[in-house]
Amino acid sequence: MKPFDPTPDTLTPEGMAVIDGIILSHGGDSTQLVGILLDIQAAGERKYISRSAAAYTARKLGLKLTQVYDVITFYAALYDKPRAKYPLEVCSSAPCRVNDSDSLLDTLQNILGIGLGEVTYDGRFTIERVPCFGACDVAPAVRVNGAVYGNLTSRERILDMLRQLD
Amino acid sequence: MGKTVSFISRRFGQYDPWSLTDYEAHGGFQALRRALAMDGYDIAALLSANGIQGRGGAAYDMGRKWTQARDVIAPDKCVVCNADEGEPGTFKDRELLRNDPFQVLEGMIIAGWSVNANNGYLYLREEYAHLRPLIQNAIRQCQEAGYLGENILNSGLNYRIHLYSGAGAYVCGEGSALSESVEGKAGRPRMKPPYIKQCGVFHLPTCVNNVESLSLVPNVLLDDEGFYKKQGTPECPGTKMISVSGNVNRPSVFEIPFGTTIREIIELAGGVTQGQELQLVQLGGASGRVAAPAQLDTPYTYQDMKQAGLTAIGSGAVLVVDKRTSVIGFLRMTQEFFSHESCGQCTPCREGNRHITLLLDKIAAGTHTQKDVDTMLKFANIMCGASLCGLGESAQSALLSAAAHFPEVFAVKQEVAIR
Repeated sequence: MKPFDPTPDTLTPEGMAVIDGIILSHGGDSTQLVGILLDIQAAGERKYISRSAAAYTARKLGLKLTQVYDVITFYAALYDKPRAKYPLEVCSSAPCRVNDSDSLLDTLQNILGIGLGEVTYDGRFTIERVPCFGACDVAPAVRVNGAVYGNLTSRERILDMLRQLD
Repeated sequence: MGKTVSFISRRFGQYDPWSLTDYEAHGGFQALRRALAMDGYDIAALLSANGIQGRGGAAYDMGRKWTQARDVIAPDKCVVCNADEGEPGTFKDRELLRNDPFQVLEGMIIAGWSVNANNGYLYLREEYAHLRPLIQNAIRQCQEAGYLGENILNSGLNYRIHLYSGAGAYVCGEGSALSESVEGKAGRPRMKPPYIKQCGVFHLPTCVNNVESLSLVPNVLLDDEGFYKKQGTPECPGTKMISVSGNVNRPSVFEIPFGTTIREIIELAGGVTQGQELQLVQLGGASGRVAAPAQLDTPYTYQDMKQAGLTAIGSGAVLVVDKRTSVIGFLRMTQEFFSHESCGQCTPCREGNRHITLLLDKIAAGTHTQKDVDTMLKFANIMCGASLCGLGESAQSALLSAAAHFPEVFAVKQEVAIR
């Protein structure tokens, strides 16, 4: 595994081009701010919205930076701190919990050697607890960058999922 | 054993959801053609005649809602399809959007015609982002075929559908919070009045409907034989999409006629997990009430559930919990959800959730006094009556109903010296 290289929080011309493309794909519509920020977050290596990206987006959409940060901090799925390449979102709602998602959480922490909210040294994995994402038919489930991995009832299945991410 | 029916789910797996022509080959957009020849009020009256109640949770008479929306005089109005299916244990809208996205759009267009709106907003939760390309494709194909845009099918209706994304906020399922979110802001509920029907998205009169409610519309319009009304019971006709999850053998989505008992619903899902005993059933998602095993023979209708003190068809979630989870343990899970999802705007919900969490922890540890239990239930009742929006009002349904059905779990275990 290659060591993690902390990227400086400045926006490169390529980064600006990516944001420009995302804004264009939403028709340049500032009311689509939530969707635009989700796409910007998904496009980045560490799945978060950097300060420079937030500032650039605000300027391009003609919005106040405070409005952009109001949105980022209000919605649980938008993050203003670096996460990981693969944030492992474990469902913490009752339908998964009664199917023993607590053991799933423990096993993930055990395999990766990190606690809740911590990031592996290579910046690849972090473990988060999130409310129901509507995969109750395959509980207990984990969601990674939008893809759902269900029925994670044994250590083997959890390892399989982690291998698939690589 | 209960049976399933296929009314709004009849095209599931029957056609390619990426293809408009395939949808048309399976009877798609026939209902729209029929609707465009009808008056908007007549369409609303047809919904009322079929006894359709909103499927999002509030169970408001849908025909009445559309009539009221039509009554509002305004230069512009909007229709919102609420696909922010946030209730834990609910995933029926996911199946409706995944298997039959065109049906939802057709329902939205008919809604636009009926209430006289020019714009429709489909608010999709972030958790279903994987369905975005499918829905975007469906909207684009409808535009190209002239089902969306200017002068749809020469009816004079101008109507567009816009796809908006949520970002993991349960409270955005509430109409006014959803409106704020569509405007590109944080989804904090507004003070009411004015109500959404007068002042919603972009401060225009707005008619908000659930995915399942809108999916019903084209089917009901084409239902010449009265199939829908023949299902269910005389007081509560029709079918309902339900999501069964938790400790059952085959968790899934089923379309059932109203009147099926809770026991039959659990049997449909393959029964309680092998070798386990039923503890409780939560109906309608995290904001729904819990039923004790003694209530399993209650028929699943609005009236019977209300009579049994459940009032919780809600979103159609049925969460089955076996004895491996204690009642208090379950209530703490539900409480954790609401503590996370409360937006913090109004005091009853913000502080109520916080303190009820602490008191539940105390009860779980067995160090509580009778006064703690009384305080907790008092806070829960205050939240029901004094919160700004439906989130706070319904957050303690599980706790209050559990207190009624399982008083023993709140009993004081030991004498604690009071200072």
